[in-house]
Amino acid sequence: MAYSEKVIDHYENPRNVGGFDKNDPSIATGMVGAPACGDVMKLQLKIDANGIIEDAKFKTYGCGSAIASSSLVTEWVKGKSIDEATAISNMDIAEELALPPVKIHCSILAEDAIKAAVADYKSRQTK
Amino acid sequence: MNYFELFNIPVSFDVDLSELPKTYQQLQRLTHPDKFASGSDQDKLVAIQKNAQVNDAYSVLKSPLSRAEYLLSLRGIDLQHEQQTIKDTAFLMQQMEWREELAEIADRTDPLSALESLEDEIKQTIKSDLTKLRHLLESDQATDEKSAADVIRQLKFSYKMLSEIELKEDLLSDL
Repeated sequence: MAYSEKVIDHYENPRNVGGFDKNDPSIATGMVGAPACGDVMKLQLKIDANGIIEDAKFKTYGCGSAIASSSLVTEWVKGKSIDEATAISNMDIAEELALPPVKIHCSILAEDAIKAAVADYKSRQTK
Repeated sequence: MNYFELFNIPVSFDVDLSELPKTYQQLQRLTHPDKFASGSDQDKLVAIQKNAQVNDAYSVLKSPLSRAEYLLSLRGIDLQHEQQTIKDTAFLMQQMEWREELAEIADRTDPLSALESLEDEIKQTIKSDLTKLRHLLESDQATDEKSAADVIRQLKFSYKMLSEIELKEDLLSDL
């Protein structure tokens, strides 16, 4: 199966790989996994006092499409409010990266990683 | 006819793995398309389909993970085509740690023995998950079926990890 140019670009030059200190109160962490392929994704968001995402980092163990999907969302979420970030849908990601149907689950993984990170942020806020 | 019926064994997670290859070879012979070389096109087509079914059945039945997944599919739970993600943080953290350890294993003083102990750890996890799975699949309670599906989902990550370890092993042994 041929990867699109954008997938290859993100795969070869992934943006924002790494992590933040998960004990830092401004850091939200989202962990998700796709049983279909055994891929694991960690997305961390640095969120300021106004609920704006200042920075994002990811670590993904999986195929090229999973890495590209997570790399792409770290770029997309920066500067967005948490509500805007959770509005990103997997179809936006799949369309941008021209993912074939068998790789749609990689974009679902990235969408769910954002939602998991935001859920983590909100659970910390209420504590 | 389901795969268990095709192999003439009970529909169960417990399969006699010493008998299975023998039955497979027998069925292979019976359905081999070469046997129907002088038959009609229709006979040939049926043989090809039957032969493919025998191969599929064998590959599903011989591995515990695919066998368990197939058992649940017979009960109407389709795990093979699901796209949902799992969010069990503690479980995923462990998977992430294992993958990180594997990624950095070449830098260790004795990478091959480090790899071996990582492999042992994963195999232990798989073994205890399979034991859990066997008990859950013996039950016909809906809640146990749900739990069985969860164990299968987790096992998929561990088996993936195991195959990554084997790839790394080949890589390191070639150096």
